[in-house]
Amino acid sequence: MKPGLRPVFPFSAIVGQDDMKLALVCAALDPTIGGVLVLGDRGTGKSTAIRALAALLPPMRAIVDCRYSCDPGDSDSWCAECRDRASLGALKDRAIAVPVVDMPLGVTEDRVVGALDLERALSQGVKAFEPGLLARANRGFLYIDEVNLLEDHLVDLLIDVAASGENLVEREGLSVRHPARFVLIGSGNPEEGELRPQLLDRFGLSVDIKTPTVLADRVEVIKRRDEFERDKPAFIAKWKKEDDALRRRIVAGRKRLAEMSIPDEVLESTAKLCMHLGTDGLRAELTLMRAARALASFEGSTAVAETHLRRVASSALRHRLRRDPLDESGSGARIERAIQEALGP
Amino acid sequence: MSATGDAALAASLFAVDPVGLGGVCLRSLVQPARSDWLAMLRELLPAALPVRRIPFNIADGRLLGGLDLVATLRANRPIAERGVLAATDGGVVVVTMAERLSAHTAACLNAVLDSGELALQREGVQIHDRARIGIVALDEGMDDDEHVAASLLDRLAFLVDLNGCDSRTPLLQLHDAEDIETARRLLPRVEIAPDIIAALCATGMSLGAGSPRVSQLAVNAAKAAAALDGRTVVTIDDATTAGRLVFAPRATQLPAPREAAANAASDDGSRDATTPPGGEQQGAHSPPPATLDGADQGAQVPPPEAGAQGSAAPPSAPAPTETEPPGPAPRDTPAVDRDKAAAVIEMSQDEIEEIVLAATRAAIPNGLLASLRAAAPIRGGSGAAGRAGAARQGGARGRPYGVRSGMPQGSSRLNVMETLRAAAPWQRLRGRMSANDVRVRIDPSDFRITHYRQRSQTLTIFAVDASGSAALNRLAEAKGAVELLLADCYVRRDQVAVVTFRGRAAEILLAPTRSLVRAKRGLAGLPGGGGTPLAAGIQTAMLLADQARRRGDTPTLVILTDGRANVARSGVGGRDAAHADAMQAARRLRQSQFAVLFVDTSPRPTPLAQTLASAMGARYIPLPFANAQALSSIVTAAAPRAAR
Repeated sequence: MKPGLRPVFPFSAIVGQDDMKLALVCAALDPTIGGVLVLGDRGTGKSTAIRALAALLPPMRAIVDCRYSCDPGDSDSWCAECRDRASLGALKDRAIAVPVVDMPLGVTEDRVVGALDLERALSQGVKAFEPGLLARANRGFLYIDEVNLLEDHLVDLLIDVAASGENLVEREGLSVRHPARFVLIGSGNPEEGELRPQLLDRFGLSVDIKTPTVLADRVEVIKRRDEFERDKPAFIAKWKKEDDALRRRIVAGRKRLAEMSIPDEVLESTAKLCMHLGTDGLRAELTLMRAARALASFEGSTAVAETHLRRVASSALRHRLRRDPLDESGSGARIERAIQEALGP
Repeated sequence: MSATGDAALAASLFAVDPVGLGGVCLRSLVQPARSDWLAMLRELLPAALPVRRIPFNIADGRLLGGLDLVATLRANRPIAERGVLAATDGGVVVVTMAERLSAHTAACLNAVLDSGELALQREGVQIHDRARIGIVALDEGMDDDEHVAASLLDRLAFLVDLNGCDSRTPLLQLHDAEDIETARRLLPRVEIAPDIIAALCATGMSLGAGSPRVSQLAVNAAKAAAALDGRTVVTIDDATTAGRLVFAPRATQLPAPREAAANAASDDGSRDATTPPGGEQQGAHSPPPATLDGADQGAQVPPPEAGAQGSAAPPSAPAPTETEPPGPAPRDTPAVDRDKAAAVIEMSQDEIEEIVLAATRAAIPNGLLASLRAAAPIRGGSGAAGRAGAARQGGARGRPYGVRSGMPQGSSRLNVMETLRAAAPWQRLRGRMSANDVRVRIDPSDFRITHYRQRSQTLTIFAVDASGSAALNRLAEAKGAVELLLADCYVRRDQVAVVTFRGRAAEILLAPTRSLVRAKRGLAGLPGGGGTPLAAGIQTAMLLADQARRRGDTPTLVILTDGRANVARSGVGGRDAAHADAMQAARRLRQSQFAVLFVDTSPRPTPLAQTLASAMGARYIPLPFANAQALSSIVTAAAPRAAR
């Protein structure tokens, strides 16, 4: 059974959780934002939403027979094989679905980074590289459920690759490097362990989700789930229209992204807010600016406004605050306060 | 229905829909009732369905699957081995000693329960397999601290406690395999009215019983109950059964009285207009917790009629759906000739809800709820406080850190997988030319051994004196100091545990955990007052430290007290006996050679505290001189950092 064949719960049918949905849409619209971390209570539909996102993504062009799905339009990012082949003749390309790669629990390092192809080695005595999940996730999404339970050596590895966009394999006499630029999506329950700050920093946006406390929402969640389980194709068909509309908005938003202008006042507000919160480095400002731009594009505005900034500030900055582990008020509240103080009510 | 009766009913329902219900957590010591229950389940489940037993410490390779080495070597091509989860597709996995499951293994089970399939990416093998399973978690936990991981419990419909059952009440099988088979066939056609879904959700919410996922399980349980009764429409009886079995054991609060709930939801104007009949009698009927007595033994479910007439239970005000007005919805369900189904349609959502809630409440043992409430502010409502510590045992034994070539000897183990990988490219050269020769030639130079990094965790145990004398002196400052130390522990990724002692005994306020927020919350709510059972405090802290050391962690103790013991270990007051006991405990602490820091919280340094400190071989720091920075650097220095 292939992972893609399983019917997934439609994105549009997810009840509430607007912060999470907005963050995921922004990340899908502009991959340079750098991924989403979804932390929250048990049973709030974290994994459902992320798996549903895959079905929303418009297809992309990729070079035929490339194991890393290299982008035909960007020769700088090509893998070594594509470069070699390009010098021999023109490369063909085709439309493929954007890879959304699931990193399951219990994954071993060799499957993540890639390793010697055991089959060919045993049967033919050939030393060949078998790409791992990082290769498959190139230009797509890498989803880690229960990210806080990930083993340390895998975390180290991810931190490195996510920063450099390149996977270096030096094992079993193999020496391979290949592009591995992916959007990292993580989810977890903070009660089960905390994340290393370095890994936190790799996520562009972070959302905190809570169990719905409105009864009507909870009832709706269960009703829809019941309907889905009863007849999956029918349920998906019922929501297809909304999912399609959302996909079109994402595509249109992407086109708009390049022309989106960011007024100087907004840039200034961004800087002011980040300085007020004392976030380290420029990363916070960049992410905040990109997220605001993505939101503005998604909503069809022609320029980024301060209102966009305010709406994404919490997700873009929450996990970058110099953390006071004992502050229970939550970073969300701190950011709200900072917005009031730095930008006025 | 009696507790054993409910246990039997849970088995029947679970047998009807193992996948939809997720599973059963069977909390029980090893006793005949437990084996009876399991045997009963086996008999009820269709014979063709696999039931597999797995130990809590099952290796990933067996649980999830991986490379079958023997077959791989024989066939000379990689052959995957299916794990237990995939091999049990459609059946039931029984986890023994589930309270000891590591967080990682629990997460693997969760992933399979959620998706119904197994995604495997291990050892060069990648497989997607169907794995639609139900789980029976055998929980042998004895203390309140030992529980199955909360994330797993959240996915199991029934929490059955056989320990509370009277062993003389036999476990009677309620159904036979034929009933189950019929119900299984009926199940896909069972319908549930939106009102009943709403009632179940409201019940779950007002009892604080779990996440939305648990409400989903309750809905599935109600459906299974209907199917078991030979119906295709869920009635109130089914809903009450589901509420009793699914919500009652998870209740963390009693529903707010109607008045309070109405205030809380005052913005919800439409609700007031629809107060059900009998609402004005609420004050008189609203049962305080004390009237729930006997519920734990008898657990008689009030007949639905009683609930409907008396409106005995005060449900919290549910917000009516704003998006779609309630009312005509239930009438959309297919007409059925059964009286009960008709009754559902006649009744308003409120009435159904009250019946379900009343039945569920009746099944909540009185004492249980009281203890839950007492524990809630400290534990933050999580049943598995401090699991993080225990769950990281795997890490303490060392994590694979890398592979290097070398001979396996002593503690280093041969990594067969990597050895094979190393040998593989050379097979041709080594002359394995003929097809008949299926052996793989391995040279000593191919040997690979796994490096384990013994990343021993540092556990800082705070023993805080919260007695009256300490409270007088500077409990608040001690708390402040601990908080600063906690922040420091956070930076160093240490685990922390908090032991407090006051009154007659010491208690573990917080089992080893990395969650500092939890630690802080526990401390903030820590009351002061009472005697100083110093000996008990030292002993409890030492016990924790001992456990940690056995796990391979490095414990450091920080004892904050003024040293004025006045409660002996027996719990009896008396300054001299208490001091003697404390000294004895201190000397034993010294023998165990832990790193100990003694923070004297008395207003000025006292000889008493100094004597104690030197008896336990501790570093003595009077709090007046211990500003936060100094304290934290001292703790850092005192903790012998494990080699990284």
